[in-house]
Amino acid sequence: MSFTVGKGQLEEPVELLRIALDERVFVKLKGDRELVGTLHAYDQHLNLIISDAEETLQKAELDEETYEQIVRQERRKLQLVYVRGDTVFLVSPLLRHTGTFL
Amino acid sequence: MFFTAILRTLIGEDITVELKNDLSIRGRLEAVDQYLNVRLAQVQVHTAAAPPVLQLLHGSCTVRGSCIRYIHLPVEKVDTELLQEATRRVAAATKETQTMK
Repeated sequence: MSFTVGKGQLEEPVELLRIALDERVFVKLKGDRELVGTLHAYDQHLNLIISDAEETLQKAELDEETYEQIVRQERRKLQLVYVRGDTVFLVSPLLRHTGTFL
Repeated sequence: MFFTAILRTLIGEDITVELKNDLSIRGRLEAVDQYLNVRLAQVQVHTAAAPPVLQLLHGSCTVRGSCIRYIHLPVEKVDTELLQEATRRVAAATKETQTMK
């Protein structure tokens, strides 16, 4: 069982993260949170250390008059953070220049 | 254990621990264990709506690792190159032990 990215063969899911070291990654977290930043460290629990990150937090609110759902986005910069692995849903490497998905 | 080792290099530094209940606690890192439980000294609570009990808390406290969402680390105290190198080494070592099984 193996899958490939580019030329390299990846035998295990977490090996994708080894390739993503020092690259920009997109991380989806519990509670409608997303991070885009540079990956510096990870382990098998998906604990991460990420720098120059931007966090996007989606907040859904109910308009009091029309009862319409309004989705608000809150953004903030994180210089260097440790992210606990149990909140991580997915990690995906971004292409270096375009910021699009691999 | 790898992340325990990383965080242990920051003992004595000021860090901000952001909990899953949106509480942010700033303090000096005193100790870290294998579960990434964290002991802080000279604690300040940063959330505006912090419970009064926590406002009074100026001493040390222990935070259960599983309650933590983020730990904001001091940029100037972390060598990211070194971290990546260590991560590659640890990843290779764990892979080796797994293939031996």
